[in-house]
Amino acid sequence: MWLYEKKLQYPVKVSKCDPRMAKLLLEQYGGADGELAAALRYLNQRYSIPDKVIGLLTDIGTEEFAHLEMIATMVYKLTKDATVEMMKEAGLSEMYAQHDRAVFYSNSSGVPFTTAYIQAKGDPLADLYEDIAAEEKARATYQWLIDLTDDVDLQDSLKFLREREIIHSLRFREAVEIIKADWNTKRVF
Amino acid sequence: MSDKMNANANTNTKPIDDEYYKLLHELQAVDFVLLELALFLNTHPNDMKSIQQFNQGVEQRQKLAYQYELNYGPLLQYGHSYSRFPWQWIETPWPWQV
Repeated sequence: MWLYEKKLQYPVKVSKCDPRMAKLLLEQYGGADGELAAALRYLNQRYSIPDKVIGLLTDIGTEEFAHLEMIATMVYKLTKDATVEMMKEAGLSEMYAQHDRAVFYSNSSGVPFTTAYIQAKGDPLADLYEDIAAEEKARATYQWLIDLTDDVDLQDSLKFLREREIIHSLRFREAVEIIKADWNTKRVF
Repeated sequence: MSDKMNANANTNTKPIDDEYYKLLHELQAVDFVLLELALFLNTHPNDMKSIQQFNQGVEQRQKLAYQYELNYGPLLQYGHSYSRFPWQWIETPWPWQV
């Protein structure tokens, strides 16, 4: 089962109301390489992955939900004081028509989240290589997002998330080596 | 709305001030170390030094979480944290409100 902890993994501060940036951040909320996709991908792959990497997928998958909450917090804080006029100017008219200021799982272009973004191939290496690629794509997205804002408080939280992608990628690469080593031992006759 | 019904009254906890953020950040820092060590140990299970560091972190974490919950209410649900009267879990602030 899962436990919710009533605190963020890392502080999220914003220095201004900025619905334009909130829209862009949705890419990491309900986008193809976003935190929801990551959490669902890893936690689901656990059931067919070799025992040695189940713990890693469990912990990283769980951490992704903490990141999801951080992104939601950013979007919430950046839009909570926005006027309808500001939402319109930020290109959020369509989203406002559907959701008011509610946070919802879509990418930055407003495309709703779909599990078509993720896979579980049942092949450990195929799954882990997808996971590594997902982390690298998310890392790149965080860099583009950092470049797209001048809000230093927001940048601080985004830099934390960018660094987490690097660590996750590294741990997944180690998991690949663990599985390969295991296979090699089994092939000694 | 009477005080009894007002979930935001928070008569049981200290105000959200500099002291709150200081303690929260300390807890977040220790938890970060523990998470990092946990992920590392998942792929390096025989690293004795990291396990020792992890266990030291657990002890430090318990003390900080105890202090935080004493001042600002439960961090966890389902019996992992105590509650005063009235039921504290539903009290604000939630993490995105601070």
